Amino acid sequence: MKIKRIGVAAIALAAAGALTLSGCTAGTPSSTEGASSSAVITTNGSEPQNPLIPTNTNETGGSKITESIFAGLVYYDAKGAPHNDVAESIETDDSQTYTIKIRDGLKFTNGEPVDANSFVDAWNYGAALDNAQLNSYFFEGIEGFSYDENVAELPGLKVVDDTTFTVKLTQPESDFPLRLGYTAFKPLPASAFDDLAAFGENPVGNGPYMLDGEGAWKHNEKIDLVVNPDYDGPLKPVNGGLSIVFYATQEASYADLQGGNVDVLDQIPTGALASYESEFEGRSVNQAFAGIQTFTVPSRLPHFSDEEGKLRLAALSKAINREEITDVIFEGTRSPAHDFTAPVIDGYSEDIKGADVLEFDADAAKDLWAQADAISPWSGTFQIGYNADGGHGPWVDAVANQLKNNLGIDASGAPYPTFAEFRTAITDRTIQTAFRTGWQADYPALYNFLGPIYGTGAGSNDGDYSNPEVDSLLDEGLSETDLDAANEKFQQVQEILFEDLPAIPLWYYNVNGAWSESVDNVEYGWNSVPLYYQITKSE
Amino acid sequence: MPSNTNTRPDQQHYVAPIEETPLVAIDSVKTDGKPSNLWIDAWHDVRKRPMFWISSALILLVIVVALAPGLFTQVPPNNDCQLANSNGGPAGGHPLGYTKQGCDIYSRIIHGTSTSLSVGIIVTVLVAVLGIVFGSFAGFYGGWIDAVLSRLGDIFFSIPYILAAVVIMSVFSQYASVWVISLAIGIFAWPATARVLRAEILRVKNADFVMAATALGVSRFRILLRHVLPNSIAPVIVITTISLASAIVAEATLSFLGVGLPSSTMSWGNDISAAQTDLRSAPQVLILPSIALSVTVLSFIMLGEVIRDALDPKARAER
Amino acid sequence: MAGYIVRRVLQAIPVLLGTTFLIYFMVFAMPGDPIVALFGDKTPPPQVIEQLRARYHFDQPFIVQYFIFLGNIFRGDLGVAFSGQPVSEILGATFPVTLRLAALAVFFEMVAGISVGLISGLRKGGIFDASALVMSLILISLPIFVVAFVAQFIFGIQLAWFRTTVGSGAPIQDLILPAIVLATISFAQISRLTRASVIDTEGQDFVRTAASKGLPRTRIVPVHILRNSLIPVVTYLAVDFGTLMVGATVTEGIFNVPGVGRTLYQAIIRGEGPTVVAFVTIMVLIYLVVNLLVDLLYAVLDPRIRYAK
Repeated sequence: MKIKRIGVAAIALAAAGALTLSGCTAGTPSSTEGASSSAVITTNGSEPQNPLIPTNTNETGGSKITESIFAGLVYYDAKGAPHNDVAESIETDDSQTYTIKIRDGLKFTNGEPVDANSFVDAWNYGAALDNAQLNSYFFEGIEGFSYDENVAELPGLKVVDDTTFTVKLTQPESDFPLRLGYTAFKPLPASAFDDLAAFGENPVGNGPYMLDGEGAWKHNEKIDLVVNPDYDGPLKPVNGGLSIVFYATQEASYADLQGGNVDVLDQIPTGALASYESEFEGRSVNQAFAGIQTFTVPSRLPHFSDEEGKLRLAALSKAINREEITDVIFEGTRSPAHDFTAPVIDGYSEDIKGADVLEFDADAAKDLWAQADAISPWSGTFQIGYNADGGHGPWVDAVANQLKNNLGIDASGAPYPTFAEFRTAITDRTIQTAFRTGWQADYPALYNFLGPIYGTGAGSNDGDYSNPEVDSLLDEGLSETDLDAANEKFQQVQEILFEDLPAIPLWYYNVNGAWSESVDNVEYGWNSVPLYYQITKSE
Repeated sequence: MPSNTNTRPDQQHYVAPIEETPLVAIDSVKTDGKPSNLWIDAWHDVRKRPMFWISSALILLVIVVALAPGLFTQVPPNNDCQLANSNGGPAGGHPLGYTKQGCDIYSRIIHGTSTSLSVGIIVTVLVAVLGIVFGSFAGFYGGWIDAVLSRLGDIFFSIPYILAAVVIMSVFSQYASVWVISLAIGIFAWPATARVLRAEILRVKNADFVMAATALGVSRFRILLRHVLPNSIAPVIVITTISLASAIVAEATLSFLGVGLPSSTMSWGNDISAAQTDLRSAPQVLILPSIALSVTVLSFIMLGEVIRDALDPKARAER
Repeated sequence: MAGYIVRRVLQAIPVLLGTTFLIYFMVFAMPGDPIVALFGDKTPPPQVIEQLRARYHFDQPFIVQYFIFLGNIFRGDLGVAFSGQPVSEILGATFPVTLRLAALAVFFEMVAGISVGLISGLRKGGIFDASALVMSLILISLPIFVVAFVAQFIFGIQLAWFRTTVGSGAPIQDLILPAIVLATISFAQISRLTRASVIDTEGQDFVRTAASKGLPRTRIVPVHILRNSLIPVVTYLAVDFGTLMVGATVTEGIFNVPGVGRTLYQAIIRGEGPTVVAFVTIMVLIYLVVNLLVDLLYAVLDPRIRYAK
């Protein structure tokens, strides 16, 4: 019921080594690197919302599966750094034209070769308007892409030979290679296009795992994956397979971990957040990953434009005690935000100029609010919209209570019964209150937290924020070929954002997970999903 | 009045004066008195029972709390909620402690009474009225009336109440939400009552006293109202008194699913639903509003029990 | 009798049309665009939304959508869910599971409710009666999710008598605990109804006649009292069976039962009209059949009830 947007998020898991050591208990043979077993790992998942086609899979339920059965050009390690998998090399001179060579002799599990066409055809399919793929916007940057007419073959994609193809972008984008680990960029075998509906039900991939025969996807129940014997990339599994059980609620999955019916969880229900780390001591994780919770006050709301709006936004931000909410409501499973991105991203900094607006200071907040009242007096209730089917109620209420107590105004949450209704009100701009927003990175780069949200007219700019200075800095950063130089530009963007507060950062998401005594070497990777291939299980 | 029927001297056999015989009871029909009335009889019976007065007093108390919460607590229920007090125990001026959000539990229970009681009563009345009208007409008249009314009930009953709640809550979101949520719960619950009553009427309408009334030329509708309905109403009373509780709890379940009242509206159901996550670490936050709910429901069930007993002439005759 | 059954079966047709129309209208009236929701917290390009809306006929007026759906049904095509799975397949997978769960729950509440109600009624005002009232009160004052979480924790995790959630294929032994939890909802209703009905029947002349004839209690209670008290109880059980087929959303979620309640809830939240309507259509059918059976059962329980008019 909770829609969790997935993306290529990276996670640095400093404690992973320590966890593996203390995870061993008497009677459980200690795992040794590379030792493989045939035991099947049971883990949590949810019924995929869409057929299992990479360009149409954009939520956690489906992508946990597509990530396991398809191997992309690159993969991300636990720290979010990209490494080649299918790709042999990705080269460019100008950050605009990329030459991609893939490894020779790779096969899909049905015996078809993985070649340049496997990628180009899959990407063309994903980008074409007529196919209306949910991930089509990932191909936006490729030359010839259009939302207005159907382009069957992008002129920017050219097959050079069986193992080489080139990608030409409409403008230089230095972080393009970083994106290639995302689900949308996986290859498809030629036979997939004969009947994509049937393929989505029984997909054939080239990844570390493959479906356990026809009909392995038991809808609403589970999907069984076995090791793909032909896969010889860096993610070679050391276990016998994956059984992903679809849970309707987090509570059910946690009860199953307690009852010994599941091995590895990457979610913990609210009720257990306080106790899971002691209950599964040495077998749990609570670590930030590439996601941030914010709320947006659109400047079209009365009292929130111009100078008055800036004062009020700063007052709201300073009136929220992030520390207290993350401690009490989330039991320490969120970390107070210090910027607009996430701490696991390369280039992250806690001390950007202006970041002190995120520090709790009730007196300063009251003062700022009074200054704004001097411009135009406030009346009415400050409301934060949220979807009631996603478990956001408690923190929205807590924020509202703090605003009430610290600013002396009326404040409350404004729940929408369903996610669809909430998102529709935001998309068609009919929402007349502030609303919760959040971002989980598609790929581990600062730009991904800024460009798609705060650029003028950008896809997810739900607050219609526009600042020409921000736009030009974003463009400059993108065309820098040096990553540090690019990040410097992006941090300048954040300095402006701290003044304008187009969204008010609240806290970073953590991955909360736990595992049973029978598994070892559990590490959580990008997008908070466990690195299943390296988990060992005693039999 | 002095007797005027003295024994005559020539009288052969002694005949007791009519006043001295039990026959006087038969002859002296009070023609000016009110006819015996089931409801009045019930009232005479009911007011002799302590159970009636206890439950009535409790219900009265709950109603007073609902109407004038200010008499019972000075603490505003929704202001000054401090996370520092989260799930805290009793403290000075806060006899029952605090919720997860750090709000005063006692005050929230007092202020939530009106919402919860309203939901309970509106739903119960809705269910009882619709259920009695549809059920009695369908059962008593039978034929096409039964067909139409019963199938209508089937349609309503087949609609998943969550769907109904989502739709009704969204479409009417700008109106008074207590009424809306009561409508959402009640409009799909009445077919149960209707079917039970219909079944009971099917049974009762063949009883001898109904045939007697028909033979005496009493109109059909009057028979239904005066004879059949009172004799079939017992299960309806049982169901409706319990449905009062079910309605209040259903509101909590809807909150749990995210389609209930907004959390800014105080209600027991909302508080129970919100406390569910900390069920194991702070059970009192959930149990306290549940107790308020139980006591309210208990008093209504007791009252229903007394009334049901009083309405049942056979049960009364036994005592 | 046969004529009565035929009439009832024919009545199903307008009921089905009415229900599908009503449901389709409700799903349509649900605010929010299901296509927008497919994109999560990100805002999709409007052109892609339009494409997808056209694919699922969301761009058509309500009445057109309804007739497209109806037309497909007559061709035996119930449509396809967003996940690409045919709706008919979803129905085939989920209904048997929920049917088992509901039957089991009704069985539990029948056994527990009727026996507790019978004893309470026979010993009205006694200690058993009072404690039965208190117990049923506790159960109805707790929302189902509380009962479910507590039962799962105690019997699933602490005592490990049952599997914490329902395993693949939903075997009967895994369904016992959720069925007991479901049975607690209506336990109060069934036991109170039985009790009231038993008290009522006990005062009837035929019971006194039977007693004065010298019949033993062991015969009077089951044959004369219980049988004649069952009509409202049986009616309520049938109603409850219907409710359980539709409304086990919360319990199915907590115990991860791959049944109707959970799947239907997802479909409602996601705005998948055809799936919702298909589900409800089957539900109406089940409900109509159950009600017909119950009406026929009345005649068995009380020979005075006649239908052949």
